[in-house]
Amino acid sequence: MKLKSLLVACAIAALSAGAAQAQVSVKIGVLNDRSGLYADISGEGSVIAARMAAEDFKAKEKGINVEIVSADHQNKPDVGSNIARQWYDNEGVDVIMDVPTSSVALAVNQITKDKNKIFINSGAASSDLTGPQCTPNTVHWTYDTVMLANGTGGAMVKAGGDTWFFLTADYAFGHALERDTTAVVVKNGGKVLGSVKTPFPGQDFSSFLLQAQASKAKVIGLANAGGDTINSIKQAGEFGITQAGQKLAGLLVFSSDVKALGLQTAQGLVLTESFYWDLNDQTREFSKRFAARNNGKMPTMVQAGVYAGLLHYLKAVEATKSKDTATIMAKMKEMPTDDPLFGKGTIRVDGRKMHDAYLFEVKKPSESKGEWDLYKLISTIPAEQAFRPLDQGNCPLVKKS
Amino acid sequence: MADGAVAASDVGATEFALRERRDTGALHRAIFIGLAGLLLVAPFLAYPVFLMKVLCFALFALAFNLLLGYGGLLSFGHAAYFGMASYVSAYTAKHWGMTPELAILLGVAVAALLGTAFGALAIRRQGIYFAMITLALAQMVYFFSLQTPRFTGGEDGIQAVPRGKLFGLLSLADDRILYYVVAAIFFGGLLLIYRIIHSPFGQVCKAIRDNEPRAISLGYRANQYKLAVFVLSASLAGLAGATKAIVFQLASLTDVHWTMSGEVVLMTLVGGMGTVFGPIAGALVIVAMQNYLAHLGAWVTIIQGVIFVVCVLVFREGIVGVIAKRVKQPL
Amino acid sequence: MTTILGVPTAALFGQLLLGLINGSFYAILSLGLAVIFGLLNIINFTHGAQYMMGAFVAWMLLNWAGLGYWWALLIAPIAVGITGVILERNLISQLASNDKIRSLLFVISAILTFLLCYVGIGWSEGTSLAAALLVGAVFGAVWAHVARERISTAEGHVDHLYGLLLTFGLALIIQGLFRNAYGSSGLPYQIPRELTGGQNFGFMFMPNYRGWVVVASLVVCLATWFVIEKTRLGAYLRAATENPTLTQAFGINVPRLVTITYGFGVGLAALAGVLAAPIYSVNPNMGADLIIVVFAVVVIGGMGSILGSIVTGFGLGLIEGLTKVFYPEASSTVIFIIMAIVLLIKPAGLFGRAA
Repeated sequence: MKLKSLLVACAIAALSAGAAQAQVSVKIGVLNDRSGLYADISGEGSVIAARMAAEDFKAKEKGINVEIVSADHQNKPDVGSNIARQWYDNEGVDVIMDVPTSSVALAVNQITKDKNKIFINSGAASSDLTGPQCTPNTVHWTYDTVMLANGTGGAMVKAGGDTWFFLTADYAFGHALERDTTAVVVKNGGKVLGSVKTPFPGQDFSSFLLQAQASKAKVIGLANAGGDTINSIKQAGEFGITQAGQKLAGLLVFSSDVKALGLQTAQGLVLTESFYWDLNDQTREFSKRFAARNNGKMPTMVQAGVYAGLLHYLKAVEATKSKDTATIMAKMKEMPTDDPLFGKGTIRVDGRKMHDAYLFEVKKPSESKGEWDLYKLISTIPAEQAFRPLDQGNCPLVKKS
Repeated sequence: MADGAVAASDVGATEFALRERRDTGALHRAIFIGLAGLLLVAPFLAYPVFLMKVLCFALFALAFNLLLGYGGLLSFGHAAYFGMASYVSAYTAKHWGMTPELAILLGVAVAALLGTAFGALAIRRQGIYFAMITLALAQMVYFFSLQTPRFTGGEDGIQAVPRGKLFGLLSLADDRILYYVVAAIFFGGLLLIYRIIHSPFGQVCKAIRDNEPRAISLGYRANQYKLAVFVLSASLAGLAGATKAIVFQLASLTDVHWTMSGEVVLMTLVGGMGTVFGPIAGALVIVAMQNYLAHLGAWVTIIQGVIFVVCVLVFREGIVGVIAKRVKQPL
Repeated sequence: MTTILGVPTAALFGQLLLGLINGSFYAILSLGLAVIFGLLNIINFTHGAQYMMGAFVAWMLLNWAGLGYWWALLIAPIAVGITGVILERNLISQLASNDKIRSLLFVISAILTFLLCYVGIGWSEGTSLAAALLVGAVFGAVWAHVARERISTAEGHVDHLYGLLLTFGLALIIQGLFRNAYGSSGLPYQIPRELTGGQNFGFMFMPNYRGWVVVASLVVCLATWFVIEKTRLGAYLRAATENPTLTQAFGINVPRLVTITYGFGVGLAALAGVLAAPIYSVNPNMGADLIIVVFAVVVIGGMGSILGSIVTGFGLGLIEGLTKVFYPEASSTVIFIIMAIVLLIKPAGLFGRAA
């Protein structure tokens, strides 16, 4: 007995000595919006998520020294690219994470490639990150416009909402969302009756909503984000559009937006996300711990993506005992992903992280059991159907292989 | 109603300029030499990309100050020229494959054209009206940029602009090399502005700023002078914007938004409006603050607001203005 | 169905009505700016932030004190108006003063109080801000009393461009604080129960609340116009606008009049904020972009003209409504284009007097 425990102790000592030899230090930069429109979906919460990933992974015990820094890109590509440059050039940052706002994400994507570092995006929507602009250095974790279109667009048509009218925010992101959703609607046998380009950012959507109403379409697709979405949903309720039977489809709505609208206004809204705190025991367990550290606010899917992405990165560091970009990226793409928040999945050659997406409907106030009880699950969209097929993204990395 | 003349007159140092003219010339020469020396060694002491940002904004603030401090016109829409030039230079460098110097020149040309059109509209009014009109015109440029994604890239901006080769020969990919090019542009711009201020043309502008009716009665066509200084200011702002696009390989909506116009006012105010060197100090302070306090998030905006309020209330001379008072020399 | 340029007349009529509603907001906001500009000769850049504060005060009243929309309509303008009075007394009016100590004392004591409450005690941003303003106001008032012999506030319009810069700075501070406290995604605020639902006019569904907004803003605008043009108080005000020194000599307390006017103008902005809360998203940036449009409205109307700001406010709302039907992409620029045209033809604005 004694001998056995002695042997075990020796083995542990040997192992930890080995680990100590392979001491790796990695520096993670969480770059996101800490003061603007997306501060609630990413912001400090993403930093907390990153810290929790390092702790849950027990990085220290495994001989990986994780340092986390953060900064505010203010949703401006110039600010974001400046910080990214400085982090890579001067401060020895190895990985940049999160980066909501497509314009900033695309800028950081470019710089990361130039400097040959790693970029794990969770916050941005642009499917270009794994499409024409894909790089060997980027992983796009949580969601993209194609997933949103497939989720909300596809499901609505299947549920009988086969005629659509779009309220499209008049800028590149709005146009992309409309284009992707239109493709899905048409593919599923639906019809788009028309669309109207609304000035961005807008306050008053009533006249556009009336045009949507006049079109007699069954579904009004909101190809906009943030304040525009909130305003248009609020005013649709006011003009009795939802009561008259037309359905609203929010193409980019986060749980924080639903909080801002209140269930009374948002009820019945259909939306797609790839994570919700109340999905299963594992997500609930994580979310409770997270909320305790984040002023009681539950994690959003973007914050969950930061947690899961960093966990996977650390696993690759542990497995390869290195932080060489090419080695790690190869390992991350080769090794299947498995984490408590998104379950099992893979990272494709174009950098797309594959996992299921979920179609939710916002609960009625009477159905909600608590402050954060916002959604009911309508259906689960398997990863292969949720994301764009590998060969349709025009990613140069795919053509080569 | 004292509608025109900006308060720059109480900042300006015309009185003692006459008294100690010779010493002033020597002092300014010394400052120029010191500044040139500092520019030469700076990249070995600090991060070159940060320095280039400071230089671009310093040039922008200098251009703005030319109009405010010496033309007496507060423009609240200078982001329009800065941003439009940066779009033009980014676009031509990326899509037409122009060499950086040509791209920058084209940007300046467009800024000058825009400045002529807006200036002609705006100089018909003075003071607060002038500020409002420039603001509203700049807002038009903002919406134009937002809604022509084919040219501006919409909210993505024009990204991955190649830095290219200067005159088709010298590659600017290296930060240090690019830094010296930017420093040369900045120094050239500064010398040009200094020349303008001290030329007969600049003297007439100051006369108009201080007392327009008198200048008119002396036979000067005030409006032509004001338009000229407006166009010069817009072009130099364009030079700063076009250079920034090449440095950061990016032109975005931030550059045309009205908060950018506010920022350049703040830089000039902090540094000292109506002083030659003030805007440089102001740009350094504000850019450094934004850089080093970035982790504070929204608090940066609040601190900027507080600086605005304090400067306007008790510190109107600005940093360089206070120093100038101390040494009894215009700076 | 009859059509005009391919658009059914009924739909057109509906859109015009909607334009009128947007025009109501432009009218109240530009009216407030015009009132302030008339007497103080400053463009109040803080106006957008104060409009936003109005909406937030309504939200706070509901969530903290349980007071609903109708109370908010009364209390929010007064509360925001008081903050405006404090800012005017201690900062804006001090621009022309030879004594810088009062404003400095105000700023320093306010910042220290804010830090003490926010970092020290751990109050929220909003409460700390209120405490800071109050403490600052007390210090300012005490100093003004102590040093009343030495202070001479130069009358008239010294450096109104500094007024623009000062209020710009204040707007940055206020918006930054609210963004820190409440994030950017906005807060929910429901339409009051009495005004939910709507009327079906056949050609369109008109929500009751929108109708109420038009009526309320018309009443407020006309009442303001009446007070300024037809009452004794208004006469004082107009006299002080024309010649403050002479008015002061007649025994009218012009500085107090100026303070009240600023408070009133700010109150109008807050009122617009409360009216907007149930239909627009309540968030810290709600005023920032709107205010630029309102500036354009004021320039078109002719700065300082009361009637001009009301008429142009409603008028431009209508024009914007029409643009949304025929060429929606241009609806955010149309006001600026009109502004450029008006300036070419009438540099002083439609209702303005040539300077």
